[in-house]
Amino acid sequence: MKQRTIKTALTVTALFGLAFAGTAMAEAVEDTLVIDGVEITTRAAAPAHLEGALDEIRSGWLYREADTRVMQADDFDNPGMIFVDRGLDSWNAVDGTEGKSCASCHEGPEAMAGLRAVTPRVDAKSGKLMNIEGYVNDCRTTRMGAEAWGGRSDKMTDMMALIAVQSRGQLMNVAIDGAAAPFFEKGKEIYYSRFGQLELSCASCHEQNNGNYIRSDHLSQGQTNGFPVYRLKDASLTTPQGRFVGCVRDTRAETFKAGSDEFNALELYVASRGNGLAVEGVSVRN
Amino acid sequence: MANDVKPRVKVPKSAKAGEVVVLKTLISHPMETGLRKDSKGELVPRSIINRFTCDFNGKNVIDVTLQPAVSTNPYFEFEAVVPEAGEFKFTWYDDDGSVYEDAKAIAIA
Repeated sequence: MKQRTIKTALTVTALFGLAFAGTAMAEAVEDTLVIDGVEITTRAAAPAHLEGALDEIRSGWLYREADTRVMQADDFDNPGMIFVDRGLDSWNAVDGTEGKSCASCHEGPEAMAGLRAVTPRVDAKSGKLMNIEGYVNDCRTTRMGAEAWGGRSDKMTDMMALIAVQSRGQLMNVAIDGAAAPFFEKGKEIYYSRFGQLELSCASCHEQNNGNYIRSDHLSQGQTNGFPVYRLKDASLTTPQGRFVGCVRDTRAETFKAGSDEFNALELYVASRGNGLAVEGVSVRN
Repeated sequence: MANDVKPRVKVPKSAKAGEVVVLKTLISHPMETGLRKDSKGELVPRSIINRFTCDFNGKNVIDVTLQPAVSTNPYFEFEAVVPEAGEFKFTWYDDDGSVYEDAKAIAIA
C-alpha cells in the first residue's frame, strides 16, 4: 500500500500495471476448489491458538496460478493421482515374513478414512508422536515382518497419497492439548526460531509475508493440508517433512533430518495451524 | 523395466455414433534423457518411452514417436471419432523393450 502513493506521479497506464502487480497478484485469489462435485474448504477462520498471528487460514491452492489450480480440480488432470493408483498396488501387495499385505488386516484403503485429518498425533498406546509415515512403517516392521520404507521414498509417498485421498474434504483437526502439548510447544518454538545464514524462521515468510513474493515465488501460509503434494518442478510427490528440509536448506542452514524429533514436532505444529482447512488428497503446486 | 510404471487413461463410458470424444492418457515414467550425469560424473543411461499408440477396434487412432525432451510422466490428450461400440487400446513402448498396455470399452448411447 505504501508503494501506491509513490506511484500516483506515474502515467495512468503504468499506474494500472503496477497497482495490479502490487495488489491483485500479491494476495491469495478468490476461487473455489471443487473436486468431483465436492467443495473443498480452502479458507477458514484461524484456530484459537493463532490469535494475533493470523485472522484467516488459507490453503496454498489459493496462492497458485490459475492453470495449476484447474489441474488439481480434475482427478485425471492431477498428475498426483497416478501415485494413488500405485499406492493401491502396494496396499494389495504381500510383503515381509508374515505373508501379509495392508489389505490382509485393513481390507480396503477406505479403512484409513479420517486418519490424514488427525495426524500427526500422539499414539494412545505407545505415547509416541506418530505421523502417517510412522504408522505405515510401524505396521510394516511389527505386523508384516517387512523392512521399513524410507520416509521420502516413492513407496512411502505413494502410500501417503492413497491414505490422504481417503480423507479428502475432511477438516484438519489435530489435537494440541493433553499428551500432544509438549510436542506442540516444541514445534512452535522451532517455527518461530530463525535458522541459517539468512536468519529466517518459518514465520518470517509464511506468517509475516504470505502473499508477497520471494524472488518469483508467491509465498503461501505454508499450510500442510494439501500434502503429499505433486510438485510440478519435481514431477513427483513431496511430503511435509521433505518440504521442511527444502525450506530450512534454503535459509542456508544445516537442516534437521526428515523423521527427526524436531521435524516431527514441527509437522504437528504446522498441521495445527491449518486446523479447519480440508484435506485436499493429493494437491498440485509449483 | 523402469520401476513402477503405471498407465492411466480416461475414456467416456458412452458416446453417440460418429461423435468426437476426448481421450486422456498419463503414464508414470522417469523419461531419463541419457544426457544427465550422476554424482560420479557418469552418464545416466537413456530410458524413455519412445512410442505411444492408440487403436480403436484394431484401427489405428494415433501413433506418436517420443523424444528424450518429453518430460517425466508423459500426458497425451487427443480426440477420436467413435463410429461404433468397441474398445480403445493404448500401448506404450519402453526403451528397454517393455510394453505397457491399457484398454477401455466405450458404448453407443
